[in-house]
Amino acid sequence: MTPNHSTVTLPDPKSEEAVEPPVGRIPKMSARGVSVFYGDKQALKDVSIDIHEDRVTAFIGPSGCGKSTFLRCLNRMNDTIPSARVAGKIELDGEDITSSSMDVVQLRARVGMVFQKPNPFPKSIFENVAYGPRIHGLSSSRATLDAIVETSLKRAGLWDEVKDRLQESGTALSGGQQQRLCIARAIAVDPEVILMDEPCSALDPIATAKIEELIHELRGRYAIAIVTHNMQQAARVSQRTAFFHLGELVEYGKTSEIFTNPREQRTQDYITGRYG
Amino acid sequence: MSSSTSSRWTDQEMTKRVRRRYRSERIFRGVGFAAISLSVLFLAFLLWNMASKGIGGFSQYEAALPIDFSKSDLFLDPATIKGPDARTTVAGADLSTAISKAAEAAYGPDADRMFSDAAVDRLTDAIVANPNILTGTPTLWLPVSSKVDIAAKGDGEPAAEKVVSALQQKHALKRVFNLRFLSSADATDPSAVGVWGALKGSFYTIMVTILLAFPIGVLAAVYLEEFAPQNRWTDAIEVSINNLAAVPSIIFGLLGLAVFLDVMNLPRSAPIVGGLTLALMTFPVIVIAGRNAIKTVPPSIRDAALGVGASKMQVTFHHVLPLALPGILTGTIIGVARALGETAPLLMIGMRAFVAAPPSGISDPATVLPVQIFLWSDEVDRGFIEKTSAAIIVLLLFMLLMNGLAIYLRNRFERRW
Repeated sequence: MTPNHSTVTLPDPKSEEAVEPPVGRIPKMSARGVSVFYGDKQALKDVSIDIHEDRVTAFIGPSGCGKSTFLRCLNRMNDTIPSARVAGKIELDGEDITSSSMDVVQLRARVGMVFQKPNPFPKSIFENVAYGPRIHGLSSSRATLDAIVETSLKRAGLWDEVKDRLQESGTALSGGQQQRLCIARAIAVDPEVILMDEPCSALDPIATAKIEELIHELRGRYAIAIVTHNMQQAARVSQRTAFFHLGELVEYGKTSEIFTNPREQRTQDYITGRYG
Repeated sequence: MSSSTSSRWTDQEMTKRVRRRYRSERIFRGVGFAAISLSVLFLAFLLWNMASKGIGGFSQYEAALPIDFSKSDLFLDPATIKGPDARTTVAGADLSTAISKAAEAAYGPDADRMFSDAAVDRLTDAIVANPNILTGTPTLWLPVSSKVDIAAKGDGEPAAEKVVSALQQKHALKRVFNLRFLSSADATDPSAVGVWGALKGSFYTIMVTILLAFPIGVLAAVYLEEFAPQNRWTDAIEVSINNLAAVPSIIFGLLGLAVFLDVMNLPRSAPIVGGLTLALMTFPVIVIAGRNAIKTVPPSIRDAALGVGASKMQVTFHHVLPLALPGILTGTIIGVARALGETAPLLMIGMRAFVAAPPSGISDPATVLPVQIFLWSDEVDRGFIEKTSAAIIVLLLFMLLMNGLAIYLRNRFERRW
């Protein structure tokens, strides 16, 4: 790897927060030199980032900076866009996920995703959560399926609100509840990583607070990568922050350092609200 | 500078503009209302016209006929009329002449042709059911000929009207529901015709059409929309399918004639060939409607399913297709309704033949309702006028039934967001 300005060195080991695992541990996911092209247009330029377990990694940056594009590389959702082409190497537990031998269905079960707009299936709440385990054959009986649904809804903090109406349509819930239902649906297949693409941008502040609380709780169990427009949110929920601008990774480091003492002028300008 | 009486929002110019806005809205509403009223008027006229002309086709006058079998020269022995050959034995006798003679004897010389072919069938049934009437002089109610029938309904020739008044004086005429019209097939005598054959033919034909065009059309739409690579070939296929939907139906008839009859040697006039031909015609309509319905399924649902690790196939069949089904069914209803009312292509493949027996399968000779209507409307005999209208009523009801079923299915599958 030839170092360049968008490859950011890992922070100094001495300043690691208590919550952070020791450096040197193999990252859950690591991206090296990832570039994405939509047709002739390059949307992402040579990005290298590590995503660790037990941590929330936030991707911030102005609109069109490539942060969502990068997130979608991590579970190969960009495959669905015919003109998209991804170069570089992305590993999950040391396994190259960009290779053609990687089964994309299994990858997406291991790397779950929550989208910007809550998108429950127009089916019952139960069916929404049970769908993933069912298609992956994770439950052998109705009882285990019931248990999975209950656990997932509990982890998503939705169980108490919906336990009496599991057969009602998932689309009848409020926006915040729908988004938590989508999170429950994602964790029902027991993923290792959860990707969240601006999960709160369509929600009101109270629903947003609930989701953020949930992210805190889920952190111990899954590696989480979150794209957000909201810098306060990044500061509140994440331990690592990556700042993207115009398709480049400008700076990547501990959230506290990015927000208090950024190394790059562009990061400084963005987080102080000079543009974006 | 601006007083309260003439601010920018209340001055003359603005008042005029507001008034103009209201006026144009009123005009638009008026025009819209007029358009709807006009179409309702036309529809009401059509229905009223059909109903008033056709309702007579569902009833039939019957006249009482005393038959003295001893004078009828039938040479039938009641003892021989039994077993499976009974009907053949009776049908072999000259019942028609016997009826004529009896009618002449009862109602005078004008009455010799007052009973229809259906009367012969009725008499046959009566004798088979009870051979012993041959030894007596029973009075039977038999359907009158179409000339007398029309005269009794108030629109006949003078000679027939004389017969009618003679019958009415003797209280020997009654109007009954024409069950035969619903239970028999085509005939040469208008008072003996029925739509059952054509109805059955339509049913078999449309079943073949639906069973072929619906699955193939839906799968083609799914493949083109979800799986096919976007390249010049798929563009060419899309253009071809759109063109196919606009091809005049008679061309499909010629195609059916050339392929199904000449090359594949399928039976002529059969519902299977008609169904195949109409399936060709309906297929592009279903593909186009299907693709449009699939396009309206929000991409977020596809993302959601892909995000939990559903394969492309699972996304399509678990989520996209169920959500698109109401739209697909709407397109199918339109296509099948069009096929149901189609005449031209079926003429080409020989479904205009005179078929006097209802088909008992998809390879029997048959005709369909619209073709039957076309054939009857071409007949010289005035008795066919009301039969034509009555058949139109039956066709409309049949379509209503099919569409109602389809709409019911669509509503059952409809999901709300």
